[in-house]
Amino acid sequence: MSENQTPESVTPEPRGKREGKISTRHIEHFVAPLEETPLQDIDKVSIGSEPLSMWAEAWRSLRKNPLFIISTLLILLVILVSIFPQWFSSTSPTACSLENAREGRAPGHIMGFNFQGCDVYARVIYGARASVIVGVFTTIFVVIIGGIMGALAGYYGGWLDAVLARLGDIFFALPLILGAIIVMQLPMFRDSRSPWTVIVTLTIFGWPQIARITRGAVVENRGADFVQAARSLGLSKFGALVRHVVPNSLAPVIVVASISLGTYIVAEATLSYLGLGLPSSVMSWGNDISASQISVRNNPSILFWPAAALSITVLSFIMLGDALRDALDPKARR
Amino acid sequence: MSTNNESKDGFAMNPNDDRPLLEIKNLAISFSTPGGPVNAVRNANLTVMPGETVAIVGESGSGKSTTALAAIGLLPGNGKVTGGQILFDGEDLSKASEKRFIELRGNHIGMVPQDPMSNLNPVWKIGFQVKETLKANGLAGKDPNGRVAQVLADAGLPDAAKRAKQYPHEFSGGMRQRALIAIGLACRPRLLIADEPTSALDVTVQQQILDHLDTMTSELGTAVLLITHDLGLAAERAQKVIVMYKGQVVESGPALEILRNPQHPYTQRLVASAPSLASKRLESQPVEVAEGVNAVVKPDHSGARDEILQVKNLTKVFKIRKGLGRSEDFTAVDDVSFAVKRGTTTAIVGESGSGKSTVAQMVLNLLKPTEGSITFDGEEMANRSERELFKFRRRVQPIFQDPYGSLDPMFSIYRTIEEPLRIHGIGDAKSRQLRVKELLDHVAIPTATMHRYPNELSGGQRQRIAIARALALQPEVIICDEAVSALDVLVQAQILNLLNKLQEDLNLTYLFITHDLAVVRQIADDVCVMQKGRIVEQSTSDEVFNNPKSEYTQNLLRAIPGASLML
Amino acid sequence: MIPVFFGATLLVYFLVFATPGDPIAALSGGKPMAPAVEAALRAQYNLDQPFWIQYLLYLKSLVTFDLGTTFSGQPVADVIGRAFPVTARLAVMALAIEAVFGIAFGVFAGLRKGKAFDSTVLILSLLVIAVPTFVLGFVLQFVVGVKLGWAKPTVGAGAPWGDLILPALVLGLVSFAYVLRLTRTSIIENKNADYVRTATAKGLSRRRVVTVHILRNSLIPVVTFLGADLGGLMGGAIVTEGIFNVPGIGLLLFNAILKGETPTVVAVVSVLVLVFVIANLIVDMLYAWLDPRIRYV
Repeated sequence: MSENQTPESVTPEPRGKREGKISTRHIEHFVAPLEETPLQDIDKVSIGSEPLSMWAEAWRSLRKNPLFIISTLLILLVILVSIFPQWFSSTSPTACSLENAREGRAPGHIMGFNFQGCDVYARVIYGARASVIVGVFTTIFVVIIGGIMGALAGYYGGWLDAVLARLGDIFFALPLILGAIIVMQLPMFRDSRSPWTVIVTLTIFGWPQIARITRGAVVENRGADFVQAARSLGLSKFGALVRHVVPNSLAPVIVVASISLGTYIVAEATLSYLGLGLPSSVMSWGNDISASQISVRNNPSILFWPAAALSITVLSFIMLGDALRDALDPKARR
Repeated sequence: MSTNNESKDGFAMNPNDDRPLLEIKNLAISFSTPGGPVNAVRNANLTVMPGETVAIVGESGSGKSTTALAAIGLLPGNGKVTGGQILFDGEDLSKASEKRFIELRGNHIGMVPQDPMSNLNPVWKIGFQVKETLKANGLAGKDPNGRVAQVLADAGLPDAAKRAKQYPHEFSGGMRQRALIAIGLACRPRLLIADEPTSALDVTVQQQILDHLDTMTSELGTAVLLITHDLGLAAERAQKVIVMYKGQVVESGPALEILRNPQHPYTQRLVASAPSLASKRLESQPVEVAEGVNAVVKPDHSGARDEILQVKNLTKVFKIRKGLGRSEDFTAVDDVSFAVKRGTTTAIVGESGSGKSTVAQMVLNLLKPTEGSITFDGEEMANRSERELFKFRRRVQPIFQDPYGSLDPMFSIYRTIEEPLRIHGIGDAKSRQLRVKELLDHVAIPTATMHRYPNELSGGQRQRIAIARALALQPEVIICDEAVSALDVLVQAQILNLLNKLQEDLNLTYLFITHDLAVVRQIADDVCVMQKGRIVEQSTSDEVFNNPKSEYTQNLLRAIPGASLML
Repeated sequence: MIPVFFGATLLVYFLVFATPGDPIAALSGGKPMAPAVEAALRAQYNLDQPFWIQYLLYLKSLVTFDLGTTFSGQPVADVIGRAFPVTARLAVMALAIEAVFGIAFGVFAGLRKGKAFDSTVLILSLLVIAVPTFVLGFVLQFVVGVKLGWAKPTVGAGAPWGDLILPALVLGLVSFAYVLRLTRTSIIENKNADYVRTATAKGLSRRRVVTVHILRNSLIPVVTFLGADLGGLMGGAIVTEGIFNVPGIGLLLFNAILKGETPTVVAVVSVLVLVFVIANLIVDMLYAWLDPRIRYV
């Protein structure tokens, strides 16, 4: 290398006009025949395919995803069961007689009986409602509270953002289950246990997660050129949030909400298992699993069926979230 | 065959060395996609002789990068060579194993990638990233750190030994690109693939880096395969130019001949549209002015063309947080004054960090000035009520740079263009629909696309939609913030022509923010050159181009690639 | 992080002492209480003082480890002191299991995206997440502990490391699935990064590209997750320790809740919050080491 590789060579040297390089070799001038390389109109608009919105496009890819189909069918089934359990079981879950206790399967009782002599199948069917109610309503409340908080914090920033970020951190320091345990043993909750107290408790500790996700998505979109463009068209700041920022931030929130729904169901079951969730008068998978502990060694199927129902339900929601994530992934779009 | 010519260009050439270093024959590459295989390259031929610089020119999607990447075995996972040969020094690489490529990469074939921001690993020191290159190719020697410093210094990085201990985020874009060049050339490869090595950088930096790359490769005798979208740059830096279009080579030959005497209609189009080669303003409404000698003519029109926008002593100071409540003032825009005459185009030119976009934001009233005034049509804009501001919005509209970001992906094209009408309560549903169709006609988009979504359109088409949206409220002034910078040359020319025609038809006034002086020449009547927040030169377009006063403007002009080749 | 500690302890304190209902009734779990005990509790929690003073005095007692006594008269600090090492051991083992296996499986799945191994692992990880920990605990205890007899179904006195393997596995299993998925996503994102292509173009071996350029960058989000998860593991210990009868903090907390022994509950939760805060501080330091970009901010 020459010696003048000093920092000075970084400054532009006035070279005057550059003339380009002329090769000493002979270079052939090749021109492709026009028929082989036909010219197309510059930037022609293709109108072959059908117009698709982002949602329509997502739907199109979801339709072909077996994960999505299976999980949706399962979720629909679980919801149907929870609304109309009588359609699925002619046996009453409360018609128990101790003489059947821990019996194996019998005609009309495909899953056998539990230690109190109740039909396990009927209890699994009737237990769906509590889980679904807790999961669905907790998710609805968490999305409303967390979504609004996160969207406002992310969009307006400033002190609101700082306060909400701190608040979120504080709630994060208490894991969902731990926080829920503390709240559920408070007198005001302990004395009036019902699905609704569980929902309120899980909402208290669940909203910061959705708030974080929403905030992140909103921050990503609030500076987008299309928001600036809308503002310069005269749209108010809040109007731009509602019309442009929020719709574009929904995808990750939907994904996380779907997965969270599964985890709320698990949380409810865990609380019930610990004896702090639903009262034992409410029929639920969590309570039945908890009760089956006594006899699990002799008759594992009493544990197995409610646990399987619970796991399949949770799995469906998590799979749905996974499928939605694939379909709504912003990187896959465009 | 004068030896003078050779030494001047600095490439040492062995006259016996006439075997091609790289020969690509009938190459075909296809990508497997969910919608079936896509042929990215078909029947491509090119030859690179030892020590020669060959440029592949084409738009995005022309297959130029794909062709080059195939030669170093770096096609993306779903890409495959489906036919033809890639002969490197006589060896066919189209079917070479990954092991063979690992042997070749670095010391036989090097690469300088496009984007300096994303091509260095952010978690390792620069020196480490250079050193591992040397080690992998067995060239680290006894004093690897000394060698690293040497290699970095050779690439023109000042203070190389100290710089080697820093992380990429501590480097500017230009410095990172120098580090990448150092990596690419560290093992003295015989062939260097330079994939748009400077397109992410400011023009003056681009010029320095390309000059330096020229010097280094000619001293080392390295052949260069230069990928670029800029025909002017290609012609200036290469002996030979290959023009690719839709995956095929349409024309190849000596650089200057292709530029001066293009044969294929596509190349002719490219030459005609290349902004860096254009020497005059596009034909436009103030014809007399464009043809007139210079600004002296203009005052005659002052009655007809009042100053619709006046900016006086505009200053914007940002507070930059330095953590723990401390902050530092940063003056992004410093005492800027200019005026825009109705029906004309004023360009604000500057490199990144010059404050040009901040000016645009303040004129659009999206950002409050720290000091100074903006007067629109005789009315001071500061302290206006919400209501007045709302009315102002109808008269001044923006078009932004990123065609992928400026349209809401959730809104159909119809809703996008209808939105301004709806916000301002203009017309009923039926009349609005008619208006949207009319606007689509203006920007030459078929009305059949009305119910489509932005993700189905190309960048240029999206930009046309953005123009239609901006026109919906019949504004008087349009602020184009780098509105054509992200587009391919031909599309860019098309949009510039459209903007020009619209100016003519609708008597629009443009404030055109750009980093590209070449584009300015095509569209602007007046020019303000900004550097570090200040206006360093301000005059008519002709004056700035023919008789630049400030040194900075002169540098900028000189840095336009290929500017001097056509004359 | 310090404000988080104060905020979280304040939150817990507020929940326990300032929500409607007689705090003393809450302290006793609704059971009748000897007047002497009641008086002692009132003194311990300064219930005659305004709420803020109560909280500050409580913080003071936390710092001085004067945490009151259990119903059976033992100092809470001592009880926690005995239980804490057990849970720490359990949590560290769980963390190690989820980190080692989660990262290993995640890396292999990510590098072989779309192949059979990847799809299998993905589905299995969903299953693991879906099955509640207490069910997994029962099943493993029953199958591995009782039927196969490979491990002791319950943990013996002193909780030796060997006995803790099974509970640690159960405790770490759900997080293992999350670590796996996070690592996988991160690897897939990074392996297509520009700098990885550049590293390959330099002539580096595949092995070096993966270990030096893909792995380190991909670990950054995983480390953050692991740190935050230590707190989660402490919470999860309530269930796991209950199943396997591990004499740790979780069991202590659970029993205290059942007995309504609020001094212990508040103290244990405060300790857990402290652990969470310290874990996050360590993560911040690790993060700075892994990602030089944030060192100078």
